[in-house]
Amino acid sequence: MGDVTNSIAEEAKAPPHALAKDEREPKFVTEGVNVFYGEKQALFDVNLNIFENEVTALIGPSGCGKSTYLRTLNRMNDTIDICRVNGRVELDGTDVYSNVIDVVHLRARVGMVFQKPNPFPKSIYDNVAYGPRIHGIAAGQQEVDAIVEESLQRAGLWKEVKDRLHEAGTGLSGGQQQRLCIARAIAVQPEVILMDEPCSALDPIATARIEELIDELRQNFTIVIVTHSMQQAARVSQRTAFFHMGYLVEVGNTEKIFTTPNDQRTKDYITGRFG
Amino acid sequence: MTDIGMNDLIPTQTSRQRGVKASEAVRRGLKRRYAAEARFKAYGMIAIGLALAAILTLFTTIISSGLPTFTETKIQLTVHLDEQVIDPSGERNPETLARANYRKLVLDTMTDLFPDVTGRTDKRDLRGMLSRGASYQLQQAVIADPSLIGETVSFDFPVASVMDLYSKGIFDRSVPESDRPVSDKQMVWFDELRDKGVIFTTFNTTFFTNADSREPELAGIWGAAVGSLLTMFVTLMLSFPIGVSAAVYLEEFAPKNRLTQIIEVNINNLAAVPSIVFGLLGLAVFINFFGLPRSAPLVGGMVLALMTLPTIIIASRAALKAVPPSIREAAMGLGASRMQVVSHHVLPLAMPGILTGTIIGMAQALGETAPLLMIGMVAFIVDIPGSITDPATVLPVQVYLWADSPERAFVARTSAAIMVLLSFLIMMNALAVILRKKFERRW
Repeated sequence: MGDVTNSIAEEAKAPPHALAKDEREPKFVTEGVNVFYGEKQALFDVNLNIFENEVTALIGPSGCGKSTYLRTLNRMNDTIDICRVNGRVELDGTDVYSNVIDVVHLRARVGMVFQKPNPFPKSIYDNVAYGPRIHGIAAGQQEVDAIVEESLQRAGLWKEVKDRLHEAGTGLSGGQQQRLCIARAIAVQPEVILMDEPCSALDPIATARIEELIDELRQNFTIVIVTHSMQQAARVSQRTAFFHMGYLVEVGNTEKIFTTPNDQRTKDYITGRFG
Repeated sequence: MTDIGMNDLIPTQTSRQRGVKASEAVRRGLKRRYAAEARFKAYGMIAIGLALAAILTLFTTIISSGLPTFTETKIQLTVHLDEQVIDPSGERNPETLARANYRKLVLDTMTDLFPDVTGRTDKRDLRGMLSRGASYQLQQAVIADPSLIGETVSFDFPVASVMDLYSKGIFDRSVPESDRPVSDKQMVWFDELRDKGVIFTTFNTTFFTNADSREPELAGIWGAAVGSLLTMFVTLMLSFPIGVSAAVYLEEFAPKNRLTQIIEVNINNLAAVPSIVFGLLGLAVFINFFGLPRSAPLVGGMVLALMTLPTIIIASRAALKAVPPSIREAAMGLGASRMQVVSHHVLPLAMPGILTGTIIGMAQALGETAPLLMIGMVAFIVDIPGSITDPATVLPVQVYLWADSPERAFVARTSAAIMVLLSFLIMMNALAVILRKKFERRW
């Protein structure tokens, strides 16, 4: 399928740089990515570019490989013994599966937020401070304090938790926990944040809160989000990629995918005929 | 429910008719289903009742036969520490003091209690009421404080174990004299002294401070308890770090291949190896090959560590497996290295389970006798061990030794030793529960 560059004019509300994305260097370039779980092939020859400072949504029915694709970007698939990846995955022109880049360093640059909120069973403060501490980003207690406050503020959680930073992170509500996980991810100051269905365990109000947050974070980070909700993809993303049965079927401007998709399968999926 | 065959579900029936038929079948089956449930509950309650009865019998037997050990009968004697007998030269040479005839001093004091007893046999019987440990006690007192020589000092000596048993009512006059180790005359003298308050009963501190002895009234559990503590210390120091590291490596780092599978199966098999085999291994390797001292807590601890390792490894692996993968993913997603994921997150969360497994393994090791027989910890040790290389014995072996002794008074001491061993085990299990509750965290 490849990267279908769209020629449809962007709406005025779209960010100006999206108009010129063909000329911009992509943050992630993936070419001919195949992923196998043992004998079973989960992704077939995926070519997809991810651009800086915009939200790329990955949609598709369950088992289509969108989460698998997301996890190849920060090599989380490495943790599964039987998983094999081939093809090129480049971050800023460097192959992340080569020896040039260390996996720990890669994951510091490419943060991740998971489907189910998974704060550490520690205090709110320690949850956010953990990343900066292990990477030695902050020197001294004051700097850590500053990073914790800034990260919680950017995650929109500061006001709610500033008086109980030393209480358990697991004691927060589901939506707050997920924002805590986002704060924890941005505390490491990554370049890209991967989100694997971050709202699927949350109620509509908490979901709306996270979606607003994603839109704000787009200013500073490149975001890739896997979602089951097409409304969510339409609301938060600038670009959408549709996966089906391990193939990337179609990718393009979100407006275009949801209004005039090229492929019949995309059309069927977004109109709710399957999936 | 056999009457609902396929034929009954013919399409001519309306769904309402079918519904009625089905609910009828359910109603008929209900009684049988509830009866099965009631039967199952009854079986369970009977089983629990039997188990409780067995435990109750065990505890009442042990406690009722062990309780007399916690009191001891003593005799208060006023001994004149005659300088002529102890140290005629007056030099106070420690060697002379140690060798003096203290036995004569205490026995003379004993005969002085009843000046009208003259016969040789009677005198022997009278002196026989006192423990053989009395002269030793006197010797220790004089060596500790030579200024006592020449003074007249009052001492509390233990009575001979047979008199102690008589005092506790184990023998009485209804038993023919020939069938009991206490003669009629001894009974008379004993009763007279008890009425005068010379013989009295106190809490038995001897039992809790002494090591083993040939004389039941002098035998104590402390030597074996210290031996057990030293052995457990060695076992814990070896098996906990090795077991936990092995579990962490196998669970978190080792590739899953044929070799690790073989190792895993073997660890599980080791847990089922009879403990005496580990004793033989210890004898062959630690004592004969490496020449480590026999009867020592060091070797005992090493052998028990081998025995405990599989338990700790299996329990630790289960605890590590139970840590939710989401915590590992969260830490890895932040760029924590594998070691950081394990040491910062997985291990602390698995700790309650690991500690519980370790304490269960240690409790098992504490009660173990067979492997220690092989490495010579079954010895008769009268000194309280001071280090892990001193000869020592352990609590279960002490129980075994006392149960094997012919003296009647060791029966009660065996039960008392079992009580001490059981209370150690209960304390360890309570500790396991407390640790689990304390470190338990929710996620």
